[in-house]
Amino acid sequence: MRLYNRSCVTGIGETAYTRKSTRSAFQLQIEASLKAIADAGLKPADIDGVIPIGVISGTADDFIENFGIPDLRFSALIPHGGASPVMALQAAAAAIAGGVCQHVLITFGRNISAMAGNNRAGSRIHTMPQFHYVTEFEHPMGASAPAQLYAPMARRHMELYGTTVEHFGEVAVACREHAILNGNALMTRPITLDDHRASRMIADPFRLLDCSLESDGGAAIIVSDADRARDARHRRIFIAGVAAGHPDSPGSITQRADITSLGIAKAAPRAFAMAGVTHGDIQVAEIYDCFTYAVIRQIEDMGFCARGEGGPFVSGGRLKLDGALPTNTHGGLLSQAHVWGLNHVVELTRQLRGDGGAAQVPNAKVGLVTGYGDLGDGALAILTRE
Amino acid sequence: MTTESVPRPLQVSTDLSRPYWEAAREGRLLLQQCSICQALRHYPRLLCSHCHSEDVTWREASMRGQVHSWTVAHHPFHPSFSAEVPYTLVTVDLEEGPRALGRWIGDTPVLGQRVVGRFERRDAGVDLVFKKA
Repeated sequence: MRLYNRSCVTGIGETAYTRKSTRSAFQLQIEASLKAIADAGLKPADIDGVIPIGVISGTADDFIENFGIPDLRFSALIPHGGASPVMALQAAAAAIAGGVCQHVLITFGRNISAMAGNNRAGSRIHTMPQFHYVTEFEHPMGASAPAQLYAPMARRHMELYGTTVEHFGEVAVACREHAILNGNALMTRPITLDDHRASRMIADPFRLLDCSLESDGGAAIIVSDADRARDARHRRIFIAGVAAGHPDSPGSITQRADITSLGIAKAAPRAFAMAGVTHGDIQVAEIYDCFTYAVIRQIEDMGFCARGEGGPFVSGGRLKLDGALPTNTHGGLLSQAHVWGLNHVVELTRQLRGDGGAAQVPNAKVGLVTGYGDLGDGALAILTRE
Repeated sequence: MTTESVPRPLQVSTDLSRPYWEAAREGRLLLQQCSICQALRHYPRLLCSHCHSEDVTWREASMRGQVHSWTVAHHPFHPSFSAEVPYTLVTVDLEEGPRALGRWIGDTPVLGQRVVGRFERRDAGVDLVFKKA
């Protein structure tokens, strides 16, 4: 496979994750980006590729101007919501393997507190251009937020396969346990399955503790040519496999032949084949968790278990650090922060470096990170340590 | 509550969807049908994904179908719905094939349950509303 081990994640950076930040989205993005560049042992002018995540803060031109980049050779926009960071790994790996550039900055910043109340992420998905066909039909009837759009997927899964509230709760509790160990997480109070069940209903079957956070912050990573990565400050973390996939009828869940199907089902076999690993080799997983249900469903669609068996798969604490598949070791979008899942890529890199702190999975050498966005677009990357 | 004065999001039609909304205001549900291969599609879009023709006719649907899934909205993500929560949204497999999303009237829906729909007028638009057939 042409992208196999051709590039490495060499730098990671995050701001503090907060609410009510007084810094702009671009300031947060710049802060995280400079941290990632320094972490890689690079200077800002060394960056020759930029992929801003989303179109909500800095553009590639902003980075040229602020960093004094003399020769930016590659930039891209990837309009797939929470799938974008892992899709950006794919774009960076492809650009690097093709000899286009050597050091790609993938960067995100958001100050959601500064946005108008009615414009929060949970409310404004229907204003995004990729949903233009759907908005006029669904938004005026009161199907406007991701929670309301994903809830029917979860309900059907429950009805067809017997997935339960407790299964959802398992995901929430595992993420919270890990967030408490992280040190840069918004949610630091322990929760139980009972707390999850008792939390207020948002969009049946989703309760408050099934829903990801709204938060302010920035995150960034550097993807470098694997040969150049030998000069980086940390051991090399290879992009061994990466792939993206889209569900049929990507812009409308309603019109999807199977509303429980996800794009990651198409992508997963490609990523595993490229990396040359099997599911049993995955020691740690950072799985995009916009909702608890999304984790269960991606686990199925990636082939860790059969369709319908995701609920039992996560039961009994199997996503916790000492479980069968330690998942979202940073707390995820559910309990650390919501930066569109770029924090998942940061955390997997940290784990594979052995820098996971109190949440370190012992001797983690092979891990997986997913992205999930825009109603079902998916991507996954398998990273390995040298 | 001050939220009563917040209007619902507008049903802004496009060149693609104008026939749908004109019919909806008359109480009829129209689906796009490809003039070349006769494939039905919904929501309205430019091309037939089978034969890539732009030519469409509009076919009136029965408004009958079966429950595919549902949710009950408890949290109002838009202030115009504050006085309406909780309300139930139902996803329906129409007899003609495509799906429709609508409001639900009645007891908790059951997957596969047979339903019938109609358009209900409200202040600045119409709602597709389903109930048990």
